[in-house]
Amino acid sequence: MLTETIKETKPAAELRQLTYAEALREALRQAMQTDPTVFLLGEDIGVYGGAFGVTAGLIDEFGLERVRDTPISEATIAGASAGAALAGMHPVGEIQFMDFVTLSMEQLVLQAAKVRFMFGGKASIPMVLRMPAGSGTGAAAQHSESLENLFVHIPGLKVVMPSNPYDAKGLLLSAIYDGNPVIFVEHKLLYKTTGHVPEEMYQVPLSQSNVARQGRDLTVVATSIMVPRTLEAAAKLSEEGIELEVIDPRTLNPLDDAPIIESVVKTGRALVVHEATTTGGYGGEVIARIVASQAFDYLEAPPRRLAGLDIPIPYNRNLEYHTVPQVENIVEEARKLVRGAY
Amino acid sequence: MDNVHDVSVYTPSPQRAEELLSSIGQSKALSVLETMYTIRAFEEKAEELYSLGKTHGTMHLSIGQEASALGASTAVRSGYDYLLNHHRGHGHCIAWGGDPNLMMAEFMGKETGYCRGRGGSMHIADVRRNNLGANGIVAGGIPMAVGVGLSIKMRGTDQVCLGIFGDGAANTGPFHESLNMASIWDLPVIFLCENNQYAMSMAMTRAFNIEHISQRACAYNIPGVTVDGNDYLSVYDVISQAAQRAREGQGPSLVESVTYRWRGHSRSDRQLYRTRDEVKEWQAQDPIPRFAARLIQAAFIDQAGVDTIKTRAYQRIEEALAFAEASPEPDVATIMEGVYAD
Repeated sequence: MLTETIKETKPAAELRQLTYAEALREALRQAMQTDPTVFLLGEDIGVYGGAFGVTAGLIDEFGLERVRDTPISEATIAGASAGAALAGMHPVGEIQFMDFVTLSMEQLVLQAAKVRFMFGGKASIPMVLRMPAGSGTGAAAQHSESLENLFVHIPGLKVVMPSNPYDAKGLLLSAIYDGNPVIFVEHKLLYKTTGHVPEEMYQVPLSQSNVARQGRDLTVVATSIMVPRTLEAAAKLSEEGIELEVIDPRTLNPLDDAPIIESVVKTGRALVVHEATTTGGYGGEVIARIVASQAFDYLEAPPRRLAGLDIPIPYNRNLEYHTVPQVENIVEEARKLVRGAY
Repeated sequence: MDNVHDVSVYTPSPQRAEELLSSIGQSKALSVLETMYTIRAFEEKAEELYSLGKTHGTMHLSIGQEASALGASTAVRSGYDYLLNHHRGHGHCIAWGGDPNLMMAEFMGKETGYCRGRGGSMHIADVRRNNLGANGIVAGGIPMAVGVGLSIKMRGTDQVCLGIFGDGAANTGPFHESLNMASIWDLPVIFLCENNQYAMSMAMTRAFNIEHISQRACAYNIPGVTVDGNDYLSVYDVISQAAQRAREGQGPSLVESVTYRWRGHSRSDRQLYRTRDEVKEWQAQDPIPRFAARLIQAAFIDQAGVDTIKTRAYQRIEEALAFAEASPEPDVATIMEGVYAD
């Protein structure tokens, strides 16, 4: 039903451009058009179109049953998705802000993640739970969290974080048909970013890291919005002769770490950049894999992580800005690593 | 059954009981009696095996609650309809048509068990027969029952979902979220609360400020009925009506089955919160002889016949034990299997 990942060779200007939100919507629309078992449920996803507009207009095409507004019941949005998946459907749930998924934790961590294993591999839960994460909107501490690593720690769940419109569509289609519960983490500040998105239904495979930029001096593993920020930093650093290799894992767990290790063997240096808080964050996992691999022998500097400060997201615009890595922070940290400051 | 929230405990009139028995028929009625004895025998054997050190972990015995399991399971079409239950669930699985061999093997952690020895006593599922498993988290299965109901409704079949949980579950958040969601969407779910008087040590009378848990139904504008859970016909009658209602698209019901757990909550329970006299009072209402007496009164069987059935049931469990004991342990080389669907 779905084509494999496709790479177009036309010049960028001629290629169809969509926003990240439109790409997600197109994935949902195409999945629903081709498969009656796919349906959506979540808070304000119908006429309202979702808090960030991702599902806008889908209710007109698919109706109230398949674009199902729920009461404010995050535990049961997650649990009903799991139950529907157990009984033959392909639900795509939406949690309005990733912060609120804390109310769904029991259903995700103790139920969706474990049912298959606990039942001897005899059941499966093909569900996706979409949720927007991230700061930068002035929404303060309870509407700005990046909690992906809570789920990375749970066997049985997959964790996906697209960083651009092309991947957003292709990864969402893969997630819907993956056969496992997938935590699909979107970033609020990426929704309006644009990029090339083919019209056909294509999949970007899960657990396949993407080398977003090639370079010889430093491997930067970045997730979600930190991918475009790192690419911007890389362009600046290139002017001073520093070439970053940027790797976007796209699926945080199960992680395809081979391209990361291979890259560090080449560059001898590693930096992990993510928005979520530093302590206990994904950076630790990536660095652990690097230093435990053959790349260890090639390291010319200690691997570093550049991540959110270990504080809740503050309201004040300036404080908020300085809480998570920005382009200039990445430039500075990368430069220090390459120039031997550590 | 209607939306009037009667505070009495339903039990059929003598005339109604006669009608019910006549419609159930002799053959099915005797099979119900045998299954009740099979459950009792299974759990007594489980207890014995635990005491002999032949099993580890814990277990939650439903001895004394067999009428509720049978009344509910035989009022729906087990194997076609769906079941989700919780950790006092051996009886539900057997009543649903589960194979005692595979259950005993699971209880003993064997590869041949329902869950390949990965689930154990608390997590037995018979997915092939739409028994979507026992849940170790109080109320954990209730949101999933909503999802199963949603799947049934969207697929347009005439199935129903039987969700069984205990009195403790009715004080959790997911219970409220789920009953509300099932109600607003008219889902074909039967919420069966087996009120065995104690949530671990917390007496129902201390944990609720209402007389009957079924009174909670009024908050969701669904039928709520309390039945004598130690009487097979009472449970069968009310669950049958709830199932009919669900199949006709009229939505969910809340049924409270008043019963009593004879044993402690789990193996560690010293039962300091109740008196021996109280336990004896309930044991005098043993659901199995009560049902046998009805069958003898209806001339379906005589006492000698009952004794034969009982002997056969206990023999069946000896066979199950022999199967389990002869079964292999899981191979450690397969330890990673079943976490993710391929």
